[in-house]
Amino acid sequence: MASGGGDVKLIGAWPSPFVLRARIALNIKSVGYEFLQEQLGTKSELLLKSNPVHKKIPVLIHGGRPICESLIIVQYIDEVWTSSGPSILPSDPYDRAIARFWAAYIDDKWFPTFSSIPKLQEQEAKVAAVQQVYEGLLLLEEAFIKCSKGKSFFGGDHIGFLDIALGGFLGWMRVTEKMFNLKVLDESKTPNLCKWAESFAANNAVKDVLPETEKLIEFAKIRFKPPSAD
Amino acid sequence: MEEVKLLGTWSSPFSYRVLWALELKGIPYQYTEEDLYNKSPFLVKCNPVHKKIPVLVHGGKPICESMVILEYLDGPWPHNPLLPSDPYERAVARFWAKFADDKGTVIWTMFRSTGEEQKEAVKGSLEMLRTIEDLALGDKKFFGGERIGMVDLAFGALAHWLGVFEEIVGIRLLEPESFPRLHKWTKNFKEEPAIKENLPDKDKMLSNFRCLREKLLASP
Repeated sequence: MASGGGDVKLIGAWPSPFVLRARIALNIKSVGYEFLQEQLGTKSELLLKSNPVHKKIPVLIHGGRPICESLIIVQYIDEVWTSSGPSILPSDPYDRAIARFWAAYIDDKWFPTFSSIPKLQEQEAKVAAVQQVYEGLLLLEEAFIKCSKGKSFFGGDHIGFLDIALGGFLGWMRVTEKMFNLKVLDESKTPNLCKWAESFAANNAVKDVLPETEKLIEFAKIRFKPPSAD
Repeated sequence: MEEVKLLGTWSSPFSYRVLWALELKGIPYQYTEEDLYNKSPFLVKCNPVHKKIPVLVHGGKPICESMVILEYLDGPWPHNPLLPSDPYERAVARFWAKFADDKGTVIWTMFRSTGEEQKEAVKGSLEMLRTIEDLALGDKKFFGGERIGMVDLAFGALAHWLGVFEEIVGIRLLEPESFPRLHKWTKNFKEEPAIKENLPDKDKMLSNFRCLREKLLASP
């Protein structure tokens, strides 16, 4: 049941893992929206007006009012469209706190290290960063076992907040694996997360919006062109 | 009623965010002062990932990260809510709380640096204060409206710690003429009984942070 098609706009770009989080949440709640894609290298007037503080995507515009920051958008979607899909945040306050804790860990600690890998020139630094990424995923593997309670997702039977927080990066994890010839999600280290990734990618709310790895690689080659050697 | 414990330190604004929230909601709690140079086994057990304070322990279950704790408290204790009830207002509150966390570190950088690095941090701090002044507060008494809310607590360091840092480094950032709304907010915030009665002693802070700055500048 789609709702609010004219009322809901999402400013974003298809390669962005943060924009993907918002799209997945909208899909979970079957909310129709206009996807306003920003062009690489420029920022639209609407974006600058809607997010004057950070000038970043995603921005959700609902009834003319902007909401910024991907996980804040996800929580907003959950709190507005309460009856058109399963809950995204857990119902128990303690479980909510755990989900928020790990989402903060992913954004504040894990992602900065993960995104530094392609930028590091020195092999030693690269190896250290990759090691840190693995350590983080091991923690998330443990968190998955606790949160999922034997089900397919961090959220249990349905995709939840923490699934969305981590899952947004799935495409880029696959890109990193292909471009740097290493395993990010390794069956020998994080078997549960590997299985989770398959379930997540196949989910109805995800499969049509998760960018194809090959397309992301093409994008990465343009976006992250290394500086020319002197 | 299940027991509430707070692991914190007397000089941390993050610790105070939670302490203030507990006081504002009238939640009884047991406070433990942690020694961060000699972390207790209990702290490490409660927060194995970061080994940091504050940690709230409710009925034996630990919650870490000050903003995660603040979001948690409205659940079991809905009175005197820290967040508004309207989803859009909640999104705005969360935005500014995140801003406080992400941008607030520039003030710490100003405090612990010298030379070019400090100059950049001063510039960044002024930009941050300008954003808050122009976009976050409006004409409300508090960020939360008529009552103190989560955003006020998130910005609490500006009301008490910033003045101490300014005095130690000899740089004035929060000038009343430049930031009239924010300046008025710091006064209103510190006049609230729950806050006023729970502020670390200014002289103790000056001495402690002066010492800390010397240590930080001396180490490589």
